[in-house]
Amino acid sequence: MKRLSPLLAPLALVAVLLGVWEATCRLNHTPQYLLPPPSAIVVALIQNAPILALSAWRTLAMALEALAAAAAFGGGLALLVTLSRTLDRAVRPLAVALQVTPVIAIAPLIVIWAGVDHPDRAIIALAAIVAFFPIFSGTVRGLTSVDPDLERLFDLYGARPLQRLTRLRLPAALPFIIEGAKVASGLAIIGAVVAEFVAGSGGAQGLAWRILEAGNRLETAKMFAAIVALALMAAGVHLVFQSLERRGLKWWRGR
Amino acid sequence: MAPPVASLSAVEVDYPGRGRALGPFDLTLTGGEIVALVGPSGCGKSTALRLLAGLEAPTRGQVQRAAGRGETSVVFQAPTLAPWLSATANVALPLALAGRARGEARQRAREALARVGLAGAEDARPAQLSGGMAMRASLARAMVTNPKLLLLDEPFAALDEITRRALADDVLALWRETRPAIVFVTHNVEEAAYMAGRVVVMTAGPGRFAGETTIDAPVPRPAGFRTTALFRDAVETVSGHLASGMAAAA
Repeated sequence: MKRLSPLLAPLALVAVLLGVWEATCRLNHTPQYLLPPPSAIVVALIQNAPILALSAWRTLAMALEALAAAAAFGGGLALLVTLSRTLDRAVRPLAVALQVTPVIAIAPLIVIWAGVDHPDRAIIALAAIVAFFPIFSGTVRGLTSVDPDLERLFDLYGARPLQRLTRLRLPAALPFIIEGAKVASGLAIIGAVVAEFVAGSGGAQGLAWRILEAGNRLETAKMFAAIVALALMAAGVHLVFQSLERRGLKWWRGR
Repeated sequence: MAPPVASLSAVEVDYPGRGRALGPFDLTLTGGEIVALVGPSGCGKSTALRLLAGLEAPTRGQVQRAAGRGETSVVFQAPTLAPWLSATANVALPLALAGRARGEARQRAREALARVGLAGAEDARPAQLSGGMAMRASLARAMVTNPKLLLLDEPFAALDEITRRALADDVLALWRETRPAIVFVTHNVEEAAYMAGRVVVMTAGPGRFAGETTIDAPVPRPAGFRTTALFRDAVETVSGHLASGMAAAA
């Protein structure tokens, strides 16, 4: 009971809100295209379960590919930047500019470049752009926030640059890299959904397209079902990365 | 008299934006002697230590160091252990960086841990060690290379009185085994008089020589050493140097 109680309060609130929603819809005879009752959404969710699961998988796969690309590029660039001050000064403003520009503003450009025939490439590229910054800045911060006395110790014992990188900087940066990857995983999903909206075609068959498609047909219950599927998937990814972070930190710190 | 292990001749250190931090200052270290550097905060004693370690170069003046690579060790104010490495791997680090074989490095690290009373904590991570244990591990890492010159930068400042007294005796016991020259920086006059054969007092920053006291007593210190007249007199003399050094700077 003690373990359950933190879950009980939010579940009770959700139940009350859903009850009010259902009752309001029924009592007012609200048209289904305007606001379907929760029961209709559940029915839509069950009826469309296979296609929603497939679409969720597509969105997830694109987001994970984007995350991998962002990790490779962001991590690699962070490594280069910490080796050269000049490079750091050169790259920083561009990286920040990329980060503060809303992804939706650059999405049409990327769609044009990737080709209207390959919306999945545009989606992965856009999601990678959004996921890039937290990984880049986390890695840079980790690589440069090493205890200065530990750096002095490596100086004292005449460590070579490669030893300093593999035995000091990279392991010291690990918690920051993990944190960056966790933030980036959430952003990659947001990026993938936004990009698919902008691409506006069914080529990638992700969850965003299911929402668009149902919206165009005024199948509002199905729209809600797709949103629920998206929220569940994003929450799942968040939980997985949170648990990876916790385990990673435990392993790193030894407790 | 043994040849000098390291010496500072008329060294001055200026930091950009902060001005003079140290000097002019002279210090000559004979092999195997234990010297305490005492002075008020900000007098440049840690800077002097970094010069002796070869971690910094003086703005003016000469630093001579007889100890080669791996023959100088430093213990910092904090234990400065890598959190992701076990106690053994932390202590083995200087040997690993020097390219020693992994098995030999770990074996010597375990022996060094045993010498500082940390047998049984070989696999513990720094986060699992108490402050005193972490400092002991740091000491083991400094001693694992059998240094000729051991530099301690206020190593016990963050520890409680009981632990710092125990560690002071441990350092002296370790010294007896390989007799490295030891320089340790402190602002605790009693600690300086207890541990050192020679206490060098510095003026308020930029630090210069303010006075020197020799303490001629067996090392490790006999029980009850803190109650002897010799110790009390040394503490009084050092305190006197410190007071005149601060007055001169003010």
